[in-house]
Amino acid sequence: MKYVAEFRQPELIHKLAGEIRRTVTKPWTIMEICGGQTHAFMRFGLESLLPPEIELVHGPGCPVCVTPLELIDKAIAIASRPEVIFCSFGDMLRVPGSHADLFRVKAAGGDVRVVYSPLECLKIARQHPNREVVFFAIGFETTAPGNAMLVWQARQQGIRNFSMLVSHVRVPPAITAILSSPGNRVQGFLAAGHVCTVMGYWEYEPLAERFRVPIVVTGFEPVDLLQGLLRTVRQLEAGRHEVENAYERSVTREGNRPAQELIARVFEPCDRTWRGIGLIPDSGWRLRPEFAAFDAENRFPVGDIQTQESSVCISGLVLQGRKKPHECPAFGTSCTPAHPLGATMVSSEGACAAYYRYRRSL
Amino acid sequence: MQHIIAIDGAYSSPPCGEAGDEFKAMEMGFTFEGLSCPVPLPDATLDRIVLGHGSGGRLSHDLIRRVFLPNLSNPSLCALNDGAVLALPDGDGRLVVCTDAHVVRPLFFPGGDIGRLAVCGTVNDLAMMGARPLWLTAAFVLEEGLPIETLQRVVRSMQAAAAEAGVQVVAGDTKVVERGSADGLFITTAGVGWVPAGVEISGANARAGDVVLISGTLGDHGIAVLSEREGLGFETELQSDVAPLHELVKAMLTAAPGAVHALRDPTRGGLATTLNEIARQSGVAIEIEERAIPLHPAVQSACEMLGFDPLYVANEGKLVACVAPEAAEIVLAAMRAHPYGRQAAAIGRVKEGPAGQVTLKTPIGGTRLLDMLAGEMLPRIC
Repeated sequence: MKYVAEFRQPELIHKLAGEIRRTVTKPWTIMEICGGQTHAFMRFGLESLLPPEIELVHGPGCPVCVTPLELIDKAIAIASRPEVIFCSFGDMLRVPGSHADLFRVKAAGGDVRVVYSPLECLKIARQHPNREVVFFAIGFETTAPGNAMLVWQARQQGIRNFSMLVSHVRVPPAITAILSSPGNRVQGFLAAGHVCTVMGYWEYEPLAERFRVPIVVTGFEPVDLLQGLLRTVRQLEAGRHEVENAYERSVTREGNRPAQELIARVFEPCDRTWRGIGLIPDSGWRLRPEFAAFDAENRFPVGDIQTQESSVCISGLVLQGRKKPHECPAFGTSCTPAHPLGATMVSSEGACAAYYRYRRSL
Repeated sequence: MQHIIAIDGAYSSPPCGEAGDEFKAMEMGFTFEGLSCPVPLPDATLDRIVLGHGSGGRLSHDLIRRVFLPNLSNPSLCALNDGAVLALPDGDGRLVVCTDAHVVRPLFFPGGDIGRLAVCGTVNDLAMMGARPLWLTAAFVLEEGLPIETLQRVVRSMQAAAAEAGVQVVAGDTKVVERGSADGLFITTAGVGWVPAGVEISGANARAGDVVLISGTLGDHGIAVLSEREGLGFETELQSDVAPLHELVKAMLTAAPGAVHALRDPTRGGLATTLNEIARQSGVAIEIEERAIPLHPAVQSACEMLGFDPLYVANEGKLVACVAPEAAEIVLAAMRAHPYGRQAAAIGRVKEGPAGQVTLKTPIGGTRLLDMLAGEMLPRIC
């Protein structure tokens, strides 16, 4: 397959892995931010090629995993209303809230639909003028432009029976939170290539400087990942801490300007609670006041919903790279993809799900 | 010795073969190649299914004569008794019976439709036991308001598939439910097949050392239906692979008698789930090579885009076989010589090891677990 096969060539992969083995002289702990990267590492069995000195820890970069329980409970409350058609990306449907998930809401008669593109929601809203269409707008900077466009178009087209439950999060504040935490072990980062496709990497330069860590913008195919890893290791071994771009076919320093402008017109920064981690200042986006009419939290009475996390699940520590999935007492026993306790086991990109699917008992 | 079996739930009705009917039918332009039903056609006044079509009364009979009998015509069906009385093939052997309910949205998709699916799904369940499919029964649940033309198209497609599979639909039943209680049309088919003496094929018979063969590309059906249903608009000619596989199985069994130990068609849950089933049933481990798995480029692209794994996507015209190692090449050649096995490939091995464990060797030599599908397959957010 064009643009994929080239980046999965075994010869090239082994060559890069050999180069990493030759470069490493001491142990390094490196975090890949994005859940898509975590999965690619597992899916292709890349870790087996790495020298024991390199420890990969898996970051909080799965938007499904970090969506706070409270918001999932709000989504469930809204989706349960008879007048609502609740639209969501597929993998949010199985995320357990306090007592249910969106699949159970659907089974109980709620109109819950999986969409493949946010803009489908407008079509649904036009088709059902007497129903309230609500979209669950989650994600990092990657999905933000599409979701911003959705609200923008809704306003342009005068569609009134549409609103959005927003839980957008941003990568740079999460990196800041991880590096500022007293138990931090991360010495270098693979930044998420698709987030940077939208945002560029200029935002990461002050972080690399302030915390003295290398940050390498990395793609998602095996060759991309090893390339990113090699460049991170080279920096660590040389005592450098710069922002490098190892995903040049998709990312520029400035990023996608029109997309950034659209995000800025529709969203504004806000504090956001991350599931398992807690509140990270300025780490989210919410709708700007001029779009308040499209905010589902204003439209439906869900303000008093407050929730507790599972006491067993250590997904918070997993998301910060402080624990590995298999170090959780519930892993693979009371917590499996079929009965997930925490979001990291639910999402197809969650670290626990990746460990369960690809590494259990091997 | 004659065996007789009866299947309940046949289209029952007062006898329809009154004297003179045959003559009338000839006048109406029926031809008698084989047997055709000697029944007059009712007036086709209604163009949609109404609740009365499920009443058991005149409208039900009209529907049977208008749609089912002309399309699925055979002596057992047209006898309109409560059961079909059938004679089994001579010789030693055993019966195989299976049943399968078919629900698919949309009813028509690139490469097939619910009618073809209802025939092939059950024929393939029989074929995976090494059986020669003989007869099917079909029960239809129709939603009030379904255009009769739609039903005609589906039943015609069933007959075409049945003719290709060499089976007859010998009994049937129709129920009508209120609008909103069903998604247009559901079809449940049951099948009867005959396994000659000496054929021992089962999901529990895979042995360590067996070679795992697959009959072609994976995920075509699931992605074709999904892209049609969701209007994903992939610019591709991707078609469902829905097809009857008993002839392919026959070619495999003829090429190397006794060498094929286990057969399965990897439908819902895809190849990964099917391999897990075989590994569990047979108490063996299975290891497959990711590089050896044939994939249609369009399926691969769609899966990359949506975040699906093609190893978990449904197929309706593919089989997985565990074959004795010494006969694997011969069986593979026989598969490739058949139209439904052109892209067949050897993808792995059955091994001693933890019972039920399926592993995948990645193209770079890493190894990972290949688990069953947990719950629904969900597209990824980003």
